[in-house]
Amino acid sequence: MTTTPQNQWPLYEVFIRARSGLEHKHVGSIHATDATMAIEHARDVYTRRQEGVSIWVVRSADIVASDPSDADALFEPARDKVYRHPTFYDIPDEVKNL
Amino acid sequence: MSYALSLGDTSLILAQRLGEWVGHAPALEEDLALANIGLDLLGQARYLLSYAAQLEGRGRSEDDLAFLRDPQDFLNLSLVEQPNGDFGQTIVRQFLIDAWQLELFERLQHSSEPKLAELAAKAIKETRYHFRFSSGWLVRLGDGTEESHQRVQTALDALWRFTHEMFVASPAELEVIALGIGPDPASLAAGWSSRVAEVLEEATLKKPADVAYSWHGKRGQHSEHLSRLLAEMQFMQRTYPGAKW
Repeated sequence: MTTTPQNQWPLYEVFIRARSGLEHKHVGSIHATDATMAIEHARDVYTRRQEGVSIWVVRSADIVASDPSDADALFEPARDKVYRHPTFYDIPDEVKNL
Repeated sequence: MSYALSLGDTSLILAQRLGEWVGHAPALEEDLALANIGLDLLGQARYLLSYAAQLEGRGRSEDDLAFLRDPQDFLNLSLVEQPNGDFGQTIVRQFLIDAWQLELFERLQHSSEPKLAELAAKAIKETRYHFRFSSGWLVRLGDGTEESHQRVQTALDALWRFTHEMFVASPAELEVIALGIGPDPASLAAGWSSRVAEVLEEATLKKPADVAYSWHGKRGQHSEHLSRLLAEMQFMQRTYPGAKW
């Protein structure tokens, strides 16, 4: 876990939902002293051009991430298992949105 | 017309003051926050100045009113022309104005004049956010460290004397009261006081004593601060009349 240096505000990751029905997407990060301020900063920094209808913020330190050096172990085994992709089906012409 | 001009000038001058923070705020995020609030205020000013120009009917535009009037023709509240000082002082000034605008727009939404009602309905949403921002910071600073507390208390003591003007009717305001278009400023005082008192308490700040009324920004009597602010804001149009982007 990373620690926050002295004299610097903690980092928050910002997630914005662009429209109702869509998912929240990670858009960037901001510094703030607390969660309330983080929401305000996220609003001021990332929604100035009507980018969103909802904001999530989460302390960057609270995110647990996979280790890049584990990438081989985690992701490599999936590479030769093409049968996990549903590519062997014939899609009827009538189905437009799939 | 003077009424619209007075409200517009208050927003305009405060917007210009907040703009002075751009590039200087304590954090990038606060820089953007202050500029954002400034832009909201500028939007209100543009609307009100256009409206005032239209009422005047002498072919002047919002830009003419903003850039080609002299200090004594500006009718903003004296409070908004006060210098930024430190971040705490800017927050205190913003907080006192936000609380006032909340009361004002709340009432003005129901104005019988559709243009003013329309502006107030839009502006009140912006102002709710401004108030949230400024009161949040006031609590943080007031209830923060010994130094931050001391700084905002000093700013509050220095700026308090300008608040009385908000609630004393100017000739322009007496006119709109008579026409039933705008609220009596005195009627905003109670709501403002309780709103302010609530936040001050949370911020562990002491409400300064009320002082006799001696500021007349709304009547066009200003401190030297406004002349300096206008000199900076207007010099481009004054130096190159009619210059456009």
